Amino acid sequence: MNKMIDRRTLLKASGALIVAFSLPLDHIAAKMDAGAKTVSADRVDGFLAIAPDGQVTAYSGKVDLGTGVRTALTQIVAEELDVPINRVTIIEGDTALTPDQGTTSGSFSIQNGGMQLRRAAATARQALLRRAAARLECDISTLSIRDGVVTAASGSHLPIGDLADGSTLALDIEKAAPEKAPVEYTIVGKSVRRLDISDKVNASFTFMQDFKLPDMLHGRVVRPAGFGAKLVSYDESSIAGIPGIVKVVRINNFLGIVAKSEWSAIKAAQQLKVTWSTWQGLPEQSKIWEHVRSTPIVRDDVTSRIGGSRGALDAAPRKLEATYDFAIHTHGSIGPSCAVASFADGNLTCWTASQATHDLRKQLAAMLTVGGEKVRCIYVEGAGCYGRNGHEDAAADAALLARAVGKPVRVQWMRADEHGWDPKGPPTLLDMRAGIDPAGNVVAWESELFVPDGAAGLVPLTGADLAGLDSLGKLSPGGVLNDLAIPYAIPNVTTTAHRLQSTPLRPAWIRSPGRLQNTFANESFLDEIAAAIGTDPLDIRLQHLNDARGKELLERLARRSKWRERPKPDRNADVVTGRGLAYVKYELVRTYVGVVAEVEVNRKTGALAVKRFYVAHDCGQVINPNGLRNQIEGCIVQTMSRTLKEEVTFDRSMVTSLDWASYPILSFAEIPDIVIDLIDRVEEAPWGAGEATCAVVPSAIGGAVFEATGVRLHSVPFTPAKVLAALRAA
Amino acid sequence: MATTSLSVNGRTVSVTIEDPDTPLLYILRNELGLHGPRFGCGLGQCGACTVHIDGTAVRSCVTPLSTVSGHIVTLEGLGTGTQPHPLQTAFIEEQAVQCGYCINGMIMQSADLLARNPKPSEQEVKSELASNLCRCGTHLRIVRAVMRAAAGS
Repeated sequence: MNKMIDRRTLLKASGALIVAFSLPLDHIAAKMDAGAKTVSADRVDGFLAIAPDGQVTAYSGKVDLGTGVRTALTQIVAEELDVPINRVTIIEGDTALTPDQGTTSGSFSIQNGGMQLRRAAATARQALLRRAAARLECDISTLSIRDGVVTAASGSHLPIGDLADGSTLALDIEKAAPEKAPVEYTIVGKSVRRLDISDKVNASFTFMQDFKLPDMLHGRVVRPAGFGAKLVSYDESSIAGIPGIVKVVRINNFLGIVAKSEWSAIKAAQQLKVTWSTWQGLPEQSKIWEHVRSTPIVRDDVTSRIGGSRGALDAAPRKLEATYDFAIHTHGSIGPSCAVASFADGNLTCWTASQATHDLRKQLAAMLTVGGEKVRCIYVEGAGCYGRNGHEDAAADAALLARAVGKPVRVQWMRADEHGWDPKGPPTLLDMRAGIDPAGNVVAWESELFVPDGAAGLVPLTGADLAGLDSLGKLSPGGVLNDLAIPYAIPNVTTTAHRLQSTPLRPAWIRSPGRLQNTFANESFLDEIAAAIGTDPLDIRLQHLNDARGKELLERLARRSKWRERPKPDRNADVVTGRGLAYVKYELVRTYVGVVAEVEVNRKTGALAVKRFYVAHDCGQVINPNGLRNQIEGCIVQTMSRTLKEEVTFDRSMVTSLDWASYPILSFAEIPDIVIDLIDRVEEAPWGAGEATCAVVPSAIGGAVFEATGVRLHSVPFTPAKVLAALRAA
Repeated sequence: MATTSLSVNGRTVSVTIEDPDTPLLYILRNELGLHGPRFGCGLGQCGACTVHIDGTAVRSCVTPLSTVSGHIVTLEGLGTGTQPHPLQTAFIEEQAVQCGYCINGMIMQSADLLARNPKPSEQEVKSELASNLCRCGTHLRIVRAVMRAAAGS
């Protein structure tokens, strides 16, 4: 996978930094004519190039964040062009080479990014066939492509490398270009082995954290003792004994150290005597929900309104109310954020694991007050990325330090930087109300969500903020309004989001942002209604769904999990097992997931042990079944961890959960069996699968606890202390 | 400045460093170009930096160079693309990787286990890996891969 290539040629051509050395990254082996290459998302040659030897290069703005999507995108391109998969190389997230397809987030890499690549490849295929028809003087309908060779009915053939010169793919993408019929697929839909795994288990893969440049120096940041603290002074003599210190860099409240060796940079960052002003602007953690309720609301967003819920609620003889809350979470990538920045002739090149290199380029350019054309960001895969974590911030740190010392600088955050300073999933609160008529029908549903204002915009770069520089950032918690509206047919519904002026810790999106919290409340509250009217959790969902695909999925889930035959728990036992069921149609428009969780509750200790998850999953056309299962398993395990354990802690100045001891995540002993039923609809569009399963995990666990104990959990994480308190209060 | 001789992956190498407190991890990664071991926490909590010293899995991020004696083996020395260790083969067979950043530690810790206990139970594998963290949620596949390697040995 990793080829050594001469970077002089590459970088010279791209007009960026010019240095001569070899780099073990064949995704940068890219194209020597980088400067000339279009990055238009409307053009075939924005996405594809075919070399004379028949090698295909695909340029993807969507990047592999550790999900395996590079393999799936490669399958899509190889299938549509009819070339062997090993002839396709993907270049990801290079602002000089790849189209801006938006942030790699929201489970859109295949659904949107992959389909753009498919259309580009379908257009390219037609162009190649047209050329071949002219060359072979035959009708295009008599031609076929197989294994990268165009063959005519007459038997004459031409390899596609012979057909593609500079102009062949210089075309607009045709939306109507005929795509291959799924029945002909030989690559899509197969569990092709991931292209990266062999290198990753043999230690030959280059992660962002492994990336090096010649003459590269090592940087570490020294962050304030409180989020809003000011830098009063620092004493360089306190690190005088540490060898190889190049520079202590201060820009307002931004402080960093550059050293020749990584260990010297780390040691100096730890030992440097710094005085920060006292800052205690965070709320008391024990009063976080009072704080959320009292935060000024800048706007209300009504995300759905059907009938008149207020009147229906008032008239209903039975009313239910509940409040759900979901703690602040950190991303917790196992490899802390990292970037390498290098300036040459006033141009910045930044190697980064950012999920949005095009956005990062804009932000870095703004921070440095240079034109966008002076900045190139090149994606290099880092440790697992589950949303907007600290990679962009590390890039800003590296850029500020590299500019200060005039040499390439690598910054990797320490664990405490990552846990303390990455943007957090904001605290989320939901008030729910329902009305039930005398016949036991649900006649009204209301929800009020309390979340920070903003969307999935540009998150302020921490280094820029500390340095007093503008990075175009604003409050950006992600698309947190999704799935506040419900998939169920209830005659009177109002779902409202109160958008808060602020939130205690800088927010951003973490896997299934908003959808996870909203689905937790919706599905749990629906179960509360079911219990109140004496209906089974499966039946209440089936009764209120007008969606054949969703109903089919639930029936399949019920059969696989033997839901209807499940044993009745003995609620008097010390350790009792319950089952919970949850459903989502992601954002109400795409991937369907239903799950059943089997959970053992220890009534003496409050400990929960999740024994098994059954999953029914329908994301339309499946590109790579094994890769999809890997993602679903990851969704379950990671969200179980978030649901059972995770909560960022803080004092009035700073996050205090700064390591894995104070922010524990799920361990091997706690992993359940996972039984997955994949519904592959090969004729349908492929939808995303990196997030949807997350959304149903907390409510399924909560539902199982309710079945086991009769007690409903309303607050994530479901720690033993909270479970015990809930059991005792019952 | 001090020059130290180390045995790494079957070869004797000499490294010159200024600070004998430097954790082994940085020597391996930055002086010797071995990227198998990774920085995850610097606290010995996550396992991403695991290497073997005389066959025992240790956390190289909290092992000062000055305390190291014995033969060091990193993931690079455990096996190669052409001659993989049975665990490496099994991790590929089971596709037991999501992002893969933790996988060095999973394989190195498991290799230590299999050397001591070639036929562990699933429970024994899980308890061996109790202090190795995976954030992507690849645990089920990792356990299957270790069991597969054990079954094939």
